[in-house]
Amino acid sequence: MSDHTAAPLPVPAPPAEGYSRREALVMGLFALAAAATTAGCSAADKLAYEEFVQKHFRDLTPEEMKDRLAGLEKKYSEQYGKSVKVSATPPIPGVLFGYALDLSRCIGCRRCVYGCVEENNQSRNPQTHWITVLEMDKEEGVNLQNADAFYDHETVPAPGKFYMPVACQHCENPPCTKVCPVEATWKEKDGIVVIDYDWCIGCRCCIAACPYGARHFNWGKPVIPKDELNPVTEYLGNRPRQRGVVEKCSFCIQRVRKGLYPKCVEVCPVGARKFGNLLDPESEIRYIIENKRVYILKEELNTQPKFFYYYGL
Amino acid sequence: MFFRVGSLARNRSMWGRMTRMRAVRLAAAGGWAALLLTAACGPVQEKGPRFGNVVDSAAKTTVTLFPVAPPPFSDGIFPCSQCHGPTDKVNRTPHVVDFHSEIVLHHDEKNRWCLDCHDARNRDKLHLADGRLIDFTESYRLCGQCHGPTLRNWKAGEHGKRTGSWSGAKQYLLCASCHSPHSPHFKPLKPKAPPLRQEAIR
Repeated sequence: MSDHTAAPLPVPAPPAEGYSRREALVMGLFALAAAATTAGCSAADKLAYEEFVQKHFRDLTPEEMKDRLAGLEKKYSEQYGKSVKVSATPPIPGVLFGYALDLSRCIGCRRCVYGCVEENNQSRNPQTHWITVLEMDKEEGVNLQNADAFYDHETVPAPGKFYMPVACQHCENPPCTKVCPVEATWKEKDGIVVIDYDWCIGCRCCIAACPYGARHFNWGKPVIPKDELNPVTEYLGNRPRQRGVVEKCSFCIQRVRKGLYPKCVEVCPVGARKFGNLLDPESEIRYIIENKRVYILKEELNTQPKFFYYYGL
Repeated sequence: MFFRVGSLARNRSMWGRMTRMRAVRLAAAGGWAALLLTAACGPVQEKGPRFGNVVDSAAKTTVTLFPVAPPPFSDGIFPCSQCHGPTDKVNRTPHVVDFHSEIVLHHDEKNRWCLDCHDARNRDKLHLADGRLIDFTESYRLCGQCHGPTLRNWKAGEHGKRTGSWSGAKQYLLCASCHSPHSPHFKPLKPKAPPLRQEAIR
């Protein structure tokens, strides 16, 4: 238990007309919870209390962060019956992540979709997929109105079709973060748009604001088989979510901040997916942007995605 | 045509012009140009296939080799010298080989056959157009003789899959890891299950 919870809570001076009903209720709850912790209660109660009075993720001191992560690790480890690691890796200075996807090579095999599900602990039931692969007519070009995400062929690519996987575009000018009423989602310094699942109130404004359909809501309690849970998790990324919060692609924040490629890059059988540092002139992502024909999805909306579709052939 | 659009933008660079003009002789003549791309390459290792900047003594140049996955040999087929000896009689007239019947050559088969890439005297090696022997782990140098722009894109990380670290050591796949050298067109795959429709989610 960190010091700040046991310390006397700052109570505002009562206004002349006395406390309002709401203020009294909040203070009462605080007092109750504080009493519970000082009386020596279970670890689960402590975590529940901490979750209730938690500070915003970006306001946590290193000490508080450590406690918070340790609490979560304990909770998930008990829940899934194995040792789960939760880290909060900071962004690497001088790095701005960018992603490129070759539309002329993608064959629509959906290996990325399921690789992502396993890596990022998406709910198997109800089903959540961070990546949607759209099938469109080559003749027609990119026309999202006639795109089919539910194609089911014997083999892909189907004749005359091309495929466009869509996930979070990690916009430099993200509409989703602007509409969040509680600042539960924001853009990190390395360009990754993240969500704090413990701060999200589930209002789904961000889902309405995202023009790419990249955000997904946990309508039901997410279910991940215990043996399939990826125990290497990140606070702002692939740690298990709860019902009633929004989630989306984080560029595999738990991998890329350690220098690894995202999972979808590693599982793509045709090498259509490219990832790197936009600020590094030697990176493959810069080579692609400088030398290939790049297509930006819904460029006219000025969201400035850091996800670049391109034609390698 | 699409290639041309990309290449025009690159025309100003020496590297782009070199490769366009001499794509076929890239491996022989373009070694120094490949040096420009060394940043894409990992640290030099002691064990395993050589990579990094190494001296090609036959051509008296330095070539840049890449950390690649092992060549995708069929089980038990390598080393080829298990069956082929250096003193075997060699029929250099293109003909159908009885033993390797599982290989269907569908790769400019009207103009090419086995010994255009495989070396008749040292079967454990491949040879470039000028006769220099190379290991199977360097087969991209062979492929790049005809597919120059593709080799350039592969070196830059645009063509082909890379795994490992975006910031550090990464592994490249050989051309042959994805494209069978005897029939290089990418084979269709069975797609994974489509997502559930919204009305099916309970």
